[in-house]
Amino acid sequence: MSAIEGLETAHHHDTEHEHHHEAQNFWQKYIFCEDHKVIAKQYLITGIMWAVIGISMSIVFRIQLGLPDSNLSWLKPVLGGWISDAGKLDPNFYLALVTMHGTIMVFFVLTAGLSGTFSNFLIPLQIGARDMASGFMNMLSYWFFFLASVIMFASLFLQTGPAAGGWVIYPPLSALPQAHPGSGMGMTLWLASMALFIVSQLLGGINYITTVINLRTRGMSFDRLPLTIWSFLITAVLGLISFPVLLSSVLLLIFDRHFGTSFYLSDIYINGEALPNVGGSPILFQHLFWFLGHPEVYIVLLPGLGITSEVIATNSRKPIFGYRAMIASMLGIAFLAFIVWAHHMFVTGMNPFLGSVFMFLTLIIAVPSAVKGFNYITTLWKGNIVFTPGMLFSIGLVSLFVSGGLTGIILGNSALDIQLHDTYFVVAHFHLVMGAASAFGLFAGVYHWFPKMFGRMMNTTLGQIHFWLTFIGIYLVFIPMHYVGIAGFPRRYYQFTSYDFTHKFMDMNMFISIAAILSFLAQFIFLWNFFYSIFKGRRAPQNPWRSNTLEWTAPVNPGHGNWVGEIPAVYRWSYDYSKPGAKEDFIPQNIPYSQTLESNFPHENELIANEKAIESQNYNDQFNAH
Amino acid sequence: MYIIIALVALVFLVITGVVISRLQNVLKNVNNSDSPDAEPSGNKWNGAMFIVVLIVGAITITWSYLHAREFFLPEASSIHGRRTDDLFWFSMGILTIPFIIVNFLIFFFAWKYQHKKNHRASFYPDNHRLELIWTIVPAIVMALLVFTGWKAWSDITSDAPRDAEVIEITGKQFNWIARYSGSADNKLGDYNYKLIDAQNEVGIDLSDENSFDDFTNPSEMHIPVNRPVLLRIRARDVLHSVFIPHMRVKMDAVPGMPTKFWFVADKTTADMRAETGNANFDYEIACTEVCGQGHFSMKMRLIVEDEASYKKWCAEQATFLQTYPEYLAKVPENLKAKAMKFLPAEAATPADSSTTSAGAGSSTSLR
Repeated sequence: MSAIEGLETAHHHDTEHEHHHEAQNFWQKYIFCEDHKVIAKQYLITGIMWAVIGISMSIVFRIQLGLPDSNLSWLKPVLGGWISDAGKLDPNFYLALVTMHGTIMVFFVLTAGLSGTFSNFLIPLQIGARDMASGFMNMLSYWFFFLASVIMFASLFLQTGPAAGGWVIYPPLSALPQAHPGSGMGMTLWLASMALFIVSQLLGGINYITTVINLRTRGMSFDRLPLTIWSFLITAVLGLISFPVLLSSVLLLIFDRHFGTSFYLSDIYINGEALPNVGGSPILFQHLFWFLGHPEVYIVLLPGLGITSEVIATNSRKPIFGYRAMIASMLGIAFLAFIVWAHHMFVTGMNPFLGSVFMFLTLIIAVPSAVKGFNYITTLWKGNIVFTPGMLFSIGLVSLFVSGGLTGIILGNSALDIQLHDTYFVVAHFHLVMGAASAFGLFAGVYHWFPKMFGRMMNTTLGQIHFWLTFIGIYLVFIPMHYVGIAGFPRRYYQFTSYDFTHKFMDMNMFISIAAILSFLAQFIFLWNFFYSIFKGRRAPQNPWRSNTLEWTAPVNPGHGNWVGEIPAVYRWSYDYSKPGAKEDFIPQNIPYSQTLESNFPHENELIANEKAIESQNYNDQFNAH
Repeated sequence: MYIIIALVALVFLVITGVVISRLQNVLKNVNNSDSPDAEPSGNKWNGAMFIVVLIVGAITITWSYLHAREFFLPEASSIHGRRTDDLFWFSMGILTIPFIIVNFLIFFFAWKYQHKKNHRASFYPDNHRLELIWTIVPAIVMALLVFTGWKAWSDITSDAPRDAEVIEITGKQFNWIARYSGSADNKLGDYNYKLIDAQNEVGIDLSDENSFDDFTNPSEMHIPVNRPVLLRIRARDVLHSVFIPHMRVKMDAVPGMPTKFWFVADKTTADMRAETGNANFDYEIACTEVCGQGHFSMKMRLIVEDEASYKKWCAEQATFLQTYPEYLAKVPENLKAKAMKFLPAEAATPADSSTTSAGAGSSTSLR
């Protein structure tokens, strides 16, 4: 019913646009808004709130791990009964914290917060479109995400606690409420929330893909797309293929939990009772989960890499090195992402031959990743680098991506994974390569496109300080964590007192925890800078970074429709920085070659003949449908 | 081993040289034009920070590694474990080279090519030969690592030798239970999860005559030294994972899908006590697949001993039927006589069971 109503309003809107903009009321403008820029901001603000919650959780369990004797009574006002009278964290709640930290950071912050924000914000602005292909679906996508967020948030307040089987929610633990309190209502809400989240991602993803394919402006051929757009497009395709598989695995788990099926359950005796389920396989769930779970790593990371490509090129004042190789390596990574999932399962009892195949495929991923790393470095080389906060975070991303990626080569080796699987070595690896690196992509994006989003500048010095504290903090947390992992410390342990072999590194764990707390505190610099600058920041000029992409040709505060009058046409790629002979060290994409005769290469002079054709092309303007 | 490391290092060095010389060539084409931009805010100190962090970081990482090294696990006590360890450190050695080079270049370039007045960056959009080099070199190194890893992996996961000692280990919330085939037949009896109860914790099927001499132990596992041991791994309720850190052994325990792992331990517990100088040293079995509240404390002691002590220990253990003679009722009539042979005459009366049931308490107390 509401969907039908929505469709009608969407139609209504279309007719409105033809007569150009009636005044929108508050609800249309800020809440149920179909403007991609507002939706992007909604995603961003929601993502930031989730990040605060998710990282705070990690701080609580880092205190538990690094300072096990500390009295946590001061957390009682927040955590209530989960802190015992003696000031100790409840072991069940420890697992819940670990689980929710993972879920929140991977899905709600780095998928929705990163992709949701920047795909929404940049795709129409950088390809030269008035808005997404379907503004209504786009709005729906955010509100499904919001609903998923509400449900996940509500689950934090359950008496039995939120889901607690690890973010991978392997059954049977997640399927049997008698196995763990978090597998009761908490898991039910987790599954419901994730189902809605997947719907949101699919609505968003279909929209991103459609928009990039159909709504590029005149002259914006695929080989002139900024790498950001390429990365968002590839990310959306990855999500479109893999999220439905997660949905099916979640549905089967719901069936097992509530309708007595045995997809994942077999031969279980628990709490004095032999369950009737036979014939299911917990391994099946792992296959389905990781079929999403591995591409998910790249869904999280690729937008970060795309943003980095753009920011590094702009602030090095150089074209990105190997534009085509960058696209090819992203395509390669995306393809390989689908055929490496079982490297998370080397020691699950899976057929060893399968393990060999997956080891081989996994290590191939290192090659396109290496290409990306080297290309970033060569882009820096002989540049004229401006250390804007966005640039610093992009450089930091490359360092984290390489440092964390290298240990992936160890873990992708099935023989070595035997010892390291589910130890802190893994935790250190993926936090560097996908966690911190993607978060740096998010920061880089926020700092770089803040002027376009809010029409104001963030404080540069605060941003630079924020970068250094975060960057150093991340390394201080995760480099020592490798040592802890090499010493064999397993993940998801409430404390390390039960075993002799974990009776060491007390100081190291304390060091990690303190470094984590300091890095966490440094984020408040960002929060202050962000929210303060929205209202009080210096007014932004139209093109503060002297950048080439189309969004900077739009007004400082673009209205719905982005450009006043005609959408600009595109004549060149977006990386003409420091072109020999050019007057300025950048030539925006909408400048025709006929105006830059002094800097054209011979093959570019030939392209001048096409400019008339580009100009006379169909406008592709949604607001002027003929 | 070191020769290979040295060779690979050499390859990397040569390539670095090639890259640098190429960069030098392009350096000549640098276009110095005048763009009188104001110094970007904070550019100087941020550039300097890259060098500071590079130097301090290099020192700190080296120092912290040297400091942490003494707390790593001692040399592996299993044959395959030393192989994977060697492979691990070999791979780490190789990977340290790109780690250093790449991070150095990132930090150094950031500092070196920071914004200068009246300077213009060089327009350098691609170089196919360069890209080809850094596609092919990682591919070759990967191929080397894949090959060595694959060899080790297929050896480790190959079928266990015939003379392997077969021991069953079952994970449950929250402890491990070891089951031995017993000294009489050396065969583990059948099991069925539906037969599990408070005493019969792993669901031994007493209609199978091989199970008559089986014995279980919920707190420690003994294995013989220098002989292949095949762990048959089961889980009773949720996923668990057998992890023996000193042996470099890890394999998930999956309800409904028995898994296995075989290895040869070649250092006894006594050897390790001498080697580490710790008189209380013990091998431990841990759980590495999150399984609920007690996940962090699913400890089982592992005792590696010579063949004679191992045999002696096995012989001393009371079989399941000896501990719980009342289960004789579950033995089919035609096998009763055979089962009785494993029961000492005086133990056949159920009254004794309470005194000998050392290991039975743990599961009932968890109810």
